[in-house]
Amino acid sequence: MIYLDHSATSPVNPEVLKAMKPFFSQEFGNASTIYSLGRTARQAMEAARENVAVLIGASPQEIIFTSGGTESDNMAIKGIAYKWKAKGKHIITSAIEHPAVDETCRYMEKQGFEVTYLPVYEEGLVRVEDVKAAIREDTILISIMHANNEIGTIQPVAEIGEIAREKGIIFHTDAVQTVGKIPVDVEKLNIDLLSISAHKLYGPKGVGALYVKKGVFLEPLIHGGGHERALRPGTENIPGIVGLGKACEIAYKNLEKDQEYTTQLRNQLIEGVLGGLEESYLNGDPDKRLPNNAHFRFSGIEGESLVLHLDARGIAASTGSACSSKKLEPSHVLMALGLEKVEAHGSLRLSLGTENTPEDIEYTIKSIKEAVNTLRNLSPLWNQ
Amino acid sequence: MVKKMYTEKVMDHFSNPRNVGEIPDADGEGTVGNPTCGDLMTIYIKVKDNVIEDIKFKTFGCGAAIATSSMVTEMAMGKTIEEALKITRDDVADALEGLPPVKMHCSNLAADALEAAIEDYKKKQKEK
Ligand SMILES: Cc1ncc(COP(=O)(O)O)c(C=O)c1O
Ligand code: FES
Repeated sequence: MIYLDHSATSPVNPEVLKAMKPFFSQEFGNASTIYSLGRTARQAMEAARENVAVLIGASPQEIIFTSGGTESDNMAIKGIAYKWKAKGKHIITSAIEHPAVDETCRYMEKQGFEVTYLPVYEEGLVRVEDVKAAIREDTILISIMHANNEIGTIQPVAEIGEIAREKGIIFHTDAVQTVGKIPVDVEKLNIDLLSISAHKLYGPKGVGALYVKKGVFLEPLIHGGGHERALRPGTENIPGIVGLGKACEIAYKNLEKDQEYTTQLRNQLIEGVLGGLEESYLNGDPDKRLPNNAHFRFSGIEGESLVLHLDARGIAASTGSACSSKKLEPSHVLMALGLEKVEAHGSLRLSLGTENTPEDIEYTIKSIKEAVNTLRNLSPLWNQ
Repeated sequence: MVKKMYTEKVMDHFSNPRNVGEIPDADGEGTVGNPTCGDLMTIYIKVKDNVIEDIKFKTFGCGAAIATSSMVTEMAMGKTIEEALKITRDDVADALEGLPPVKMHCSNLAADALEAAIEDYKKKQKEK
């Protein structure tokens, strides 16, 4: 199988697995205890915290471990909104956020907050002027994702963060798709809160982190034994945390090399597909995009059928089209780009990983061409 | 994951669709679309002595849409107009050994396109 869906999840790196293993049955201690078994667990957890911090240019005290990207996003948005509701009730976000942010914001509207969903333009980018214009007296939070999980566009977060800082507004970014893929430095990007998920960077599922800048205060969402500075109580998931730490350590070491490698594969893929198939297009900005993301649109065909044909050829890919998910409506991200429904349905997301090879990509290009031509032959919307 | 969602029968009709194409001198032609999912299907029929002697389809749509179009053409081939009109959405889904609940509307599309093609044929007969 050729796995091209790394934006959905990635395989656990064997080194990560190896680092995690002792913490299930041997070093199983509760990190809050003071005997040696517990101390070992605590030390491993603090080492992991250090590794996460180093990867994003933070200090370890600013890292809170969570159960993943969704929880980190919830903690950031609800935590700030509840903490600062006396100061204001306005939140700014974008129209292309992951549901972990989008649905949280919609829920906050029901709680009496007001949310502005900034549009994106054809290339899938939020405009800094729009952020500026949307700011009100009572704006307490701006949450704009670092890179989009579908079309891979990288948002101008440094500029948005700068504006937020000038105005004294807290800035959160969902960096689930960027951490480990491109350099992320919370200082340079002017970020107050940042969400991370381990399973997108060759770590385990169900563990992540929220970076909380020193001096930024949140209302905790759950209450209990005071772990994680009482922001996220509960006996810590040590094996998972160790896995996240190891994944971050490896990502830090290989960042430049991996970024270069996947960029090459991605360019090979984009050139091969666009050059080999008429009426094929790239969704999202060609340059400001994740090194491992290629998102295509093909006239006359529908994405789910394409994914099924690729699956039959041993390629795992995903579609922006909702036909494969629970909803029938096309993805809100593609609609926000201003695409027609029919166009949005003809989309295909390929997200690459370090284990993919140039041969995989050649085979994929060939398979896409075959599958698209097969489907166009049966399409009433395609006239040869 | 997507594969599990569909029965083998669906995957068979999806991978090797029967009766694909157009009939340029069709006696009846019906096109239906689903505005929500954006899918579109056209069915062409050739009728002789009240029997559907040829039928073809073209479909833009999901795996289930392609499989149901293929299935419905196979079911209608060789049937009289009256028999063909009795093919329901559920018949198509059953013949495919079931469809996932969110995909039931895809079989609507197929049954509706067949019905539209037959209605078109009847209308043209009257005009003759
Ligand atoms: C941008 C983005 N945010 C949040 C999440 C949710 O992360 P998790 O699956 O760890 O809850 C994902 C992954 O699905 C994502 O791509
Ligand atoms: S999802 Fe609409 S026809 Fe299948």
